[in-house]
Amino acid sequence: MSATTWKAPKLDAKMKIAIHDKMVLGRATEEMLIRMMRTGHGYFWIGGPGEEGFNVPLGFLTKKGHGPDFDYLHLHYRSSATILAMGAEPINMLRQMRATATDPYSKGRNFVNHFAIKPWNVVPVTPTIETQYATVIGTALVQKRHGGDGLSYVTGGDAGSAEGDFWTCMNWSTRPERELPVLILIAQNEFGISTPASQTQNNRHLNERANGFGIRNACVDGNDPIASWHALVEAMAYVRHERKPYCLQANVSRLYGHSSSSGANRYDEPDCVGLYEARLVRENLMTEAEIRSVWDKHNTQLAADLQKVIAEPMPGKEHVLQHVWHEGTASN
Amino acid sequence: MANLAQAIRMALHYGEEHLGVTDIFGEDVGAPLGGVFTATQGLKTAWNAPLDERGIIGTALGIAYAGGKPVAEIQFCDYIYNVIDLLKLCGNVTWSSAGEYHVPMVLMTPVGSGIHGSMYHSHSFESIATHIQGWKIVMPSNPKDAYGLMLSAIAEPNPVLFLAPKALMRQKGAELIPGEPADERTLHNMIDAPLGDRSDWQPNWPPVEDYRVPIGEATIARVGEALTVVTYGRMLPVSVVAADALAKEGIDVEVIDLRTIYPFDLPMVKASVEKTGRLLVINEDTEVTNFGEHIIRKVMDEAFYSLELKPELLAGLDVPGVGLAWGYEQNSVPQQDDVLAAMRRMATAPA
Repeated sequence: MSATTWKAPKLDAKMKIAIHDKMVLGRATEEMLIRMMRTGHGYFWIGGPGEEGFNVPLGFLTKKGHGPDFDYLHLHYRSSATILAMGAEPINMLRQMRATATDPYSKGRNFVNHFAIKPWNVVPVTPTIETQYATVIGTALVQKRHGGDGLSYVTGGDAGSAEGDFWTCMNWSTRPERELPVLILIAQNEFGISTPASQTQNNRHLNERANGFGIRNACVDGNDPIASWHALVEAMAYVRHERKPYCLQANVSRLYGHSSSSGANRYDEPDCVGLYEARLVRENLMTEAEIRSVWDKHNTQLAADLQKVIAEPMPGKEHVLQHVWHEGTASN
Repeated sequence: MANLAQAIRMALHYGEEHLGVTDIFGEDVGAPLGGVFTATQGLKTAWNAPLDERGIIGTALGIAYAGGKPVAEIQFCDYIYNVIDLLKLCGNVTWSSAGEYHVPMVLMTPVGSGIHGSMYHSHSFESIATHIQGWKIVMPSNPKDAYGLMLSAIAEPNPVLFLAPKALMRQKGAELIPGEPADERTLHNMIDAPLGDRSDWQPNWPPVEDYRVPIGEATIARVGEALTVVTYGRMLPVSVVAADALAKEGIDVEVIDLRTIYPFDLPMVKASVEKTGRLLVINEDTEVTNFGEHIIRKVMDEAFYSLELKPELLAGLDVPGVGLAWGYEQNSVPQQDDVLAAMRRMATAPA
């Protein structure tokens, strides 16, 4: 792929099936992580099952690579399906869930779904729900200066958009003649941990907050991967070429609550995977047997991955002082 | 001789030209003002940020992620408290990502009292800062060290907090910065922006050179045998003046300028205490959980049997602020007479 030009992949039948594959992988991985928590193979689960319909297209449409020619990802901890769509190995999520020394994202130091992948410009995910809206300004500023069509995108929840950093992001990315190529994404699941949106939001279309800054914005059904794909293509094309911000809200389901702190039990909300599978069958793109085989493939691999991860070493005393300081060159 | 603000400015210029500095920014940092203390006048990568501390730190971290080398400023440390979680993030990125990313950024902010700054322009920050792990923290007491510490901070691959003692910003040095013109007026004409309209002004930078004060390395500002004083920043010249006065009474006090607060130069402090048997730590931060307590604890751990006297800390009173009326500042932040009295008492007390 060229470092300087990006063309979105075509949404043909093959891609629609690939989207399904990654949505199932995302769901199966999250459900495995929840089982690990329940069976004592992890301390705490937090993730994004229910958001695959939006997060998988996002991953496929990411210009993946290292440096300002490529997209910078300022994710929150509900972004597993995005990373998987980009090609991440689910076993590494199991490693972080179990907090093994082999966890490549944090060496067992951070909660699951807290990625850090420099070759893909995935900056470290933090348990804070707002700081990514501030850090995205810096990578976008470097990209604006650098040229090309790389953008910086930031994901957060509807509750996180109440934080000041959300407003900071909109303000800094719209300074006169200094607009920034930032794609501001809001996953609206109608909850902030346990607090319903009805108690905190006077308008569920949080993207409309961007109107005050003159930022183009839209809202999409995040349970529909096809609609999400088209909305992302439009938003990304605008940011890549106009070098200005765009705010996109995706209305999504939250199928297992906020985290293991709320039990991680299944909620009765629309399931984007099931809805998409019905559509694929209806459109004769997949059979029910083919769909089942996709689930079987991923669940079988995840079960094997788990057995491998369980046998891997855990961090010990010798790991504590590693990486307190960086000893190498100054630049990332 | 350059003053401390000019020294910082020349260091940042050197950083732009030779050490990869890409962005120097904060509130009022760019043209036309060039910083409330003029420390960023005329710099080619300096720009004005919105008055938004969270945006400033978040942007700096993002620039560092993307391969840049930012030097950000919070205009006064008193306004840094709403970014503590971002400072925590900057400090934990390397560890939490198991070395995948690191944070080569410098954050500078003026600290301390001495300018009648009242409630929000007089605080110290080093004690709180040392509780935010993953940062290195430096504070110069003179222009040449400010220059050398800033160059080391810029070259450092980890986040560095550069605390500038605001009361010393106009203090001139005793030694030339390598490459600095010997004549003050010449330097002024070269790098100080004119008053009034300065839209067409460009600095004429002197050929300053690579001079670094290593992070973690203190210096002995005054040699003595009777007492070890460990201090930094604004309290350093105050302590030297007091030590000079005591020298006329035949009392030789050793004054250590820490320069780096974290990680501080324990070997130098320990060696001095082993020589003098007495330790007085002086700073202007408030006294409860003051960083000086940590220095004393480390000395107790490593040089206890060398001590002839219990170590002491002379620091600011534990009150919510530095009041505007001189009577408040005078009686809550260590002053020249307080320093002299404490040094005399400790140097002359029976073992």
